[in-house]
Amino acid sequence: MLKEGAFRNPSGCAIVGVIDRSGRKMTGEGMIEAITVMHDRSNGLGGGFAGYGIYPHYKDFYAFHLFYDGKEARQETEAFLNRYFETVYSSQIQTRKVAGVVDEPLIFRYFLAPLPQKLSRSHLDEREYVARCVNRINAQINGAYVFSSGKDMGIFKGVGYPEDVGRFYRLEEYEGYAWTCHGRYPTNTPGWWGGSHPFGLLDFSVVHNGEISSYDANRRYIEMFGYKCTLHTDTEVITYIIDYLVRRQGLTLTEAAHVIAASFWSTIEGKDADAREQEMLLRRMFPSLLITGPFSVILGYTGGLMALGDRLKLRSTVCAEKGDLAFISSEESAIRRVQPDLDRVYSPAGGEPVIYELYQKGGNA
Amino acid sequence: MMDRMYISPAYEVVRDAARCTTCRLCEQQCANGVHAFDVRTGRMTADNGRCVNCHRCVCMCPTHALKIVRSDDVYPENANWDAQTVNEVYRQADSGGVLLSSMGNPKPQPIFWDRLLINASQVTNPSIDPLREPMETRLFLGKRTAKIERDKNGKLKNTLAPGLTLEVPILFSAMSYGSISYNAHACLARAAEELGTYYNTGEGGLHRDFYRYSRNTIVQVASGRFGVFKDYLGKAAAIEIKMGQGAKPGIGGHLPGMKLTADVSETRMIPQGTDAISPAPHHDIYSIEDLRQLVCSLKEATEYRKPVIVKVAAVHNAAAIASGIARSGADIIAIDGYRGGTGAAPTRIRDNVGIPIELALAQVDQRLRDEGIRDEVSLIAGGSIRSSADVVKAIALGADACYIGTAALLALGCHLCRSCHTGLCNWGIATQRPELVARLDPDVGSRRLVNLVTAWKREIQEMMGGMGINSIEALRGNRLMLRGVGLTDRELDILGVRYAGENM
Repeated sequence: MLKEGAFRNPSGCAIVGVIDRSGRKMTGEGMIEAITVMHDRSNGLGGGFAGYGIYPHYKDFYAFHLFYDGKEARQETEAFLNRYFETVYSSQIQTRKVAGVVDEPLIFRYFLAPLPQKLSRSHLDEREYVARCVNRINAQINGAYVFSSGKDMGIFKGVGYPEDVGRFYRLEEYEGYAWTCHGRYPTNTPGWWGGSHPFGLLDFSVVHNGEISSYDANRRYIEMFGYKCTLHTDTEVITYIIDYLVRRQGLTLTEAAHVIAASFWSTIEGKDADAREQEMLLRRMFPSLLITGPFSVILGYTGGLMALGDRLKLRSTVCAEKGDLAFISSEESAIRRVQPDLDRVYSPAGGEPVIYELYQKGGNA
Repeated sequence: MMDRMYISPAYEVVRDAARCTTCRLCEQQCANGVHAFDVRTGRMTADNGRCVNCHRCVCMCPTHALKIVRSDDVYPENANWDAQTVNEVYRQADSGGVLLSSMGNPKPQPIFWDRLLINASQVTNPSIDPLREPMETRLFLGKRTAKIERDKNGKLKNTLAPGLTLEVPILFSAMSYGSISYNAHACLARAAEELGTYYNTGEGGLHRDFYRYSRNTIVQVASGRFGVFKDYLGKAAAIEIKMGQGAKPGIGGHLPGMKLTADVSETRMIPQGTDAISPAPHHDIYSIEDLRQLVCSLKEATEYRKPVIVKVAAVHNAAAIASGIARSGADIIAIDGYRGGTGAAPTRIRDNVGIPIELALAQVDQRLRDEGIRDEVSLIAGGSIRSSADVVKAIALGADACYIGTAALLALGCHLCRSCHTGLCNWGIATQRPELVARLDPDVGSRRLVNLVTAWKREIQEMMGGMGINSIEALRGNRLMLRGVGLTDRELDILGVRYAGENM
């Protein structure tokens, strides 16, 4: 069977996320607990987590998480990394044997700083430099796959039910101010670890539930700007779109949401003059980045989470708040499992972005 | 040996004597003079040799007494030398002339549209019901290379170049006043306005009566520059530079002098009764850098307020040509396939020069993406788009919108007799004879065009909904929504499409 990425792989899913807006840290245990409730939304063929604020001692360095098929891929990758980065610390990621998680690849972690000379000679912005290196490893080194590459954050994923994958990675030992989690129900997969979610690029991580109908229009457009959609999954292309709009074009998250899940023309026409003009402009500037078909995503980034659903609301999303905590989930039950007593529970409208950020970053209480 | 070889007519007029009331309507309707009343016998006669099979008499006959059938007169059977080929040799031996034809190439080369199939949602994602949910067919044509700039309040500035807004991804393609009638233009202009789209003047100038449709008018600047002056450019929503046409790549236009009436002459700004022959190339464009100068001159003349379209025929290196145009300052490229129609073209060129739009479009779109310049231009595909399914397939291959010409004329009554160059169109479309033009009622004609495009729009929405796509913009270039049947690996490769049954 072909390795994942050689074909397009749509899937159904469960997603959940939490952030403590005061910056207080929590272990990954809560997410494992929450996703367990949505067990039936996954089928054991993929699960994963993203944690933010988990590497306080190395927060100034890019944390690369890699899967290797074998020693040769590792040697080749490390030689590549040594050409472009200074490695501050590296080790195998600590895991424990769990019954439902098998056939794990070699899993390594590196804390990296771009070599200053190489960086300045590249004439690239530092983040672009790092993103291109990630792309090169994933596209060119056979058997190596970078699945996490941000600062002070990390993605942990694999094949299995998400709760098993969480225990496999010993997530109870990590503490972060925000977590997202994904349980996967792919409709066909050979069970490759790299194909699981969250999908990440730099500090962006995306968990997604849905099957977008605009996929190839989005993919063929975004690939014009140097992205290579090697996994052929919705999540990958959504991540690249957000990266392109926010990091490279400089749009705000809300503006990016108006591109990705744009309001219908008929809705826009009913808005006040300012909003109408801005939203029409965004649709006209980036029409090929409109995403249609069912999706609900949680975007994780440094200091915040954003929930966004398709404009017809073909996938469920529930948001909830309790004190400093804010939750986003496919189902309310997952939130109630970890926090039965909530201040507020609501369903955002289709296409309406919900943004929860740390207070220190300007987030609302 | 005879001087002129007799060629037996291809069609025969069959009249049911029991039904014919000798009302002589057929005689009055036929500008070709097929029907006549025989005073001696008191019956109608028909000269089959004059019949072009336009079906006007058949449609008008009040008692349905008429039909046209293929003649069963045969030459000795020969798979290599079919009757038409033989007749064309006779005709050229008679006349010493280039064979002329009209409308699109009728030869049985493969039609790739018919070998492409469209996807639909099942289980893993829902289809969308256009009767119950919004289904957007609005789109914009023009450059999308906007820079993100903000004003002092942080609001995004509109840095987009001027473009066109369409409520449906279909425009009426270029057909000149002269090649078609005043009333045909009136139909197109009125329908474009009602539909929220555009019609195109072709190379024959713009009649002053139609200045009021300027917001829905694309004016053409062709190699003959007929009718081009300041007001003409001013009365347009966009300007199209015609470099080539799918029906006759590599050659200019030819409007026979008999179609150059006083009104046409005034609009074209050339003497009445002369043949209007536009040169094969633009004599100020011998290369891509010259095109850039014309694009810029036209923009300068219209104060950079209007998008410029460059129309080219689909030829072998269409992708490289399009890449050059995309860097010329043009806003939109119109690609015209070899099956596109025309009011007059040399038969050999119409039937043998150029390539199918499906292949050209697929290659152009991919090339522009490979070079990262797809946002520099929008793409309009034409020649020939026959149905809403063709439109959906064209957009999924990479077009922004489609030009329709032949389909629009069919809506007005055209029966594809391919005799436009004779100027005797019985349907009042491709003629300048006042009594024939009067047959095409602009009220009726524009309503039929609106009906046609509205019907197509509904069908496009149904197909989009089936795919789970609720904006036409999410269909553009979405090639995974297509699969091929009956195509070779090479053809699939050129189209950028997988074979039916292949996984996503």
